[in-house]
Amino acid sequence: MDERKETTQKPAADTPCLAPGSGRDIEAELQPPVDQVDLVVIGGGPAGLAAAVSAWDAGCRSLLIIERDDRLGGILNQCIHNGFGIFRFNEELTGPEYASRYIEEVKRRGIPYLCSTMALELTQDKRVIVVSPKIGLKQIQAGAVILAMGCRERPRGALGIPGTRCAGIMTTGTAQRLSNLEGYMPGRRIVILGSGDIGLIMARRMTFEGAQVLACLEIMPYSSGLTRNVVQCLQDFDIPLMLNHTVIDIHGKERLEGVTIAGVNPDTRAVLPETARRIDCDTLLLSVGLIPENELSRQAGVTLADSTRGPVVDQYLATEIPGIYACGNVLHVHDLVDEVSAESHRAGQAAVRWLEAEKKGLITRAVLKHHAVPVIEGKGVRGVVPQFIEIGQPDAGLDVKDKWRVGFRTDGVYKGGAVVVKADQKQILRQKKLIMTPGEMVLLDLDPAKLADDALKALTIEIEGEAEHG
Amino acid sequence: MNQITNEPLDRQADKTGQDKPPLLYDACIIGGGVIGCSIAQALSRYDMRIVLLEKNTDVSEGTTKANSAIIHAGYDAKPGSEKARTNVRGNRMFEAWCRELHVPFKRNTSLVLAFSEDGIKGLAELKKRGEANGVEGLHLLDRSQLQQREPHVSPAAHAALLAESGGICCPYQLTIALASQAVQNGLDLKLSCRAGRIRRHQGVFEIETSKGVVRSKVLINAAGVYADEINNQLSTYTFKITPRRGEYWLLDKSASDVFKATLFQLPTAMGKGILVSPTVDGTLILGPTAEDVTDKEDVRTTQEKLVEILDTASMSWAEIPRHQFITAFSGLRAHADSNDFILGFSPDVPGLINAAGIESPGLTSAPAIGQELAEMAAGFVQAGKKNSYQPAYQPAVPFREMSHQQRHQAILKNPQVGRIVCRCEQVSEAEIRDAISRPVGAATLDGIKRRTRAGMGRCQGGFCTPKVISLLSDELQVSPLALTKAGGRSQILTGRIGQIDLDHKENTHHG
Repeated sequence: MDERKETTQKPAADTPCLAPGSGRDIEAELQPPVDQVDLVVIGGGPAGLAAAVSAWDAGCRSLLIIERDDRLGGILNQCIHNGFGIFRFNEELTGPEYASRYIEEVKRRGIPYLCSTMALELTQDKRVIVVSPKIGLKQIQAGAVILAMGCRERPRGALGIPGTRCAGIMTTGTAQRLSNLEGYMPGRRIVILGSGDIGLIMARRMTFEGAQVLACLEIMPYSSGLTRNVVQCLQDFDIPLMLNHTVIDIHGKERLEGVTIAGVNPDTRAVLPETARRIDCDTLLLSVGLIPENELSRQAGVTLADSTRGPVVDQYLATEIPGIYACGNVLHVHDLVDEVSAESHRAGQAAVRWLEAEKKGLITRAVLKHHAVPVIEGKGVRGVVPQFIEIGQPDAGLDVKDKWRVGFRTDGVYKGGAVVVKADQKQILRQKKLIMTPGEMVLLDLDPAKLADDALKALTIEIEGEAEHG
Repeated sequence: MNQITNEPLDRQADKTGQDKPPLLYDACIIGGGVIGCSIAQALSRYDMRIVLLEKNTDVSEGTTKANSAIIHAGYDAKPGSEKARTNVRGNRMFEAWCRELHVPFKRNTSLVLAFSEDGIKGLAELKKRGEANGVEGLHLLDRSQLQQREPHVSPAAHAALLAESGGICCPYQLTIALASQAVQNGLDLKLSCRAGRIRRHQGVFEIETSKGVVRSKVLINAAGVYADEINNQLSTYTFKITPRRGEYWLLDKSASDVFKATLFQLPTAMGKGILVSPTVDGTLILGPTAEDVTDKEDVRTTQEKLVEILDTASMSWAEIPRHQFITAFSGLRAHADSNDFILGFSPDVPGLINAAGIESPGLTSAPAIGQELAEMAAGFVQAGKKNSYQPAYQPAVPFREMSHQQRHQAILKNPQVGRIVCRCEQVSEAEIRDAISRPVGAATLDGIKRRTRAGMGRCQGGFCTPKVISLLSDELQVSPLALTKAGGRSQILTGRIGQIDLDHKENTHHG
């Protein structure tokens, strides 16, 4: 699918720059100097596409999507397996199919986008500097910005796995791109370190293509992927999932020849040397964590949270810099693209409401942080988003009647536990859960009516019950 | 390998199939590290036929690519040693040398930290030694002066010795630039060409290589950790080179502005200490350890030493941000048993010139060693300087170093400048294509990395590897399946999707 070919035939010469309505790739039309755009969406993956669509539907007609790859769709383009869209579209789609649904929505509305274009800089006053082969370097002054840059994979170097630095070691996402988009096999005898969803998916994919996947190792006592992926990608193919195991050495001077694996103590994660053994393999694929790509956010001065490594936001996905919003995996790493889309729709709407309020002169600093209530990660809770609930914005018209969605992960496996939300000391929500694992984000919808309390100081989310191991 | 006979080697081993005897070179350099390439660059100014043999697929693949990249002031080496002399001389030459070669250099200064009252005495001794070596710009700093210069230094540091002339550079870019300039001026660079048996026959060195026999009047031994094997075949004045492994951690650019200077630790009974230094690329380096190994290719990292680096470095920098690590690596120093550089003519083999045992401060000494040994070699064959000399190849300014205006103009001229392949280091397609097609161009993923930094950033090639593979394939007109990380059998890909490897399937069993 090449949306550029299809669309570059359309633009009329008399269409003003960035004018809506033509559904096109506008790179050939943009000329220096600075353009003014109400809303710039950085990233044309699932988050950026959904945010742009909903911003349009909320009335914004001056917006632009910036995408650094040659096509829209982001990482979905290389996710050729199915399982996307069960919640969003009530059907099982592949990644490219899911992306194409949104790309069609973008085109139908005529939302302008720039592919092969990288955002180099973002300033606090929302100036975006972009670069692309056809338009050169360009400055865009945005009224509001939505950060939708996604995430990257943690490399071997960040883990400090000792050993040689031979060929045959790569992240699972790189292997996925090489196999699914370029058509090459990264190896024949494969060990996968980390049981994140991409690792699990690639275990199956490589098996389909004739490789032997010898094991999937996970240092934690539980898989960090979805249960459905553990079943469908490992168990169905008799690939062993070795929990409480890791790679402690890498062998091979030119191409990988083997790895030494060892068990770890489930409580301390200290390596148990007596369990060390070598597995001969020619490939080590790493699925050891995703890191939100927040270099631009940092440049703009957006505060990042330690537990998510994404921006600190309120329930409207607003960062602490007025007019800068964040959604998708740049904010926190999601399990399902359906949830990325849902979150990004909220961000798109919120950004447009903010733009309207600002145009009416309703936005002042005092209004913005009128009453930000922190959401505290209590017992068993990690990576909560949003980190703040903004209660005091009715004057600016920024509040909505919708429920406020809160997402987080647990710090272990909890069976038969419950999630409890407290407004200060008062319990306002208690939900029993059959099972909660760190691999599946817990989502809660809070009722704004129950939180409209000017005296409220903090919300706390905690888990009732005990975490179990292995 | 063939048995040695009385026949000249070229008759038996030259596989070129041509009737004429192989070219007789005036000088043959073994080793394409910074020392070999420095000598080659200096020699290429003379009217001589020179050849350089490098066993790897690229220059700078050995010790040169994996060291601290520090241009030492020269206070460390023993007065009167070759190390001290060439260090101080090399340091003075370095800045102009890098400018001429269009490679980065920064005089960021060095600080030696003392962590006790006793240490302050040690700093004074170091200062005295430096002055005996002819080092200028040495000053003792007290704690407050130190804190003022480097606010993030650990409060445990009592005092420091400031060396104004300390600097940092990029050893592999430097070496690639040296090799290119030498090639532009006539050097015959033979890569993937391992030197084997050598003999001297009727005043000519005959070097068996993996690409046939090379004949030369002068033999220059810059073979790094293998220099003993070269010398000891020919000379009765033998020496031993011990590979001494040093491991390092590298931190992401976001930690780059923590320190301006390179922070050394005053050597104590506990050990030589670990340095913490900015690099010219904006990353931060911690290391090295020192461990003698037996295998001359053993560039592993080890759990034990990686932990040791952090423990020791935390004396200088109390709060090392551990989530900022992007990679760890190790290199081997060529340590001679004499503990000094072995430079110059062999006492018993006419025409054999050694540049051996070049460990720290060898990088700093490289311009001095190159110039001195080139003069010796030219003198031996009585060669004069050439009338004309090609200036060093100047690659386009890297995208990340251009101003916005420069970027815009450059992209309008060449759209490939606007296509960013490596997002972490902002490397454009134009830079990658140039790195392949330039003199001494890249043919491997690692070669691209060292010339452009693509793949050296925080994602370590996660996003750009597939794109770099396709650019290499396009420029070199080879299948992606033939491409390697670093030559040899380091293929990156093992086959095409859809081509199930039947032989492989039969030989394995499902467990």
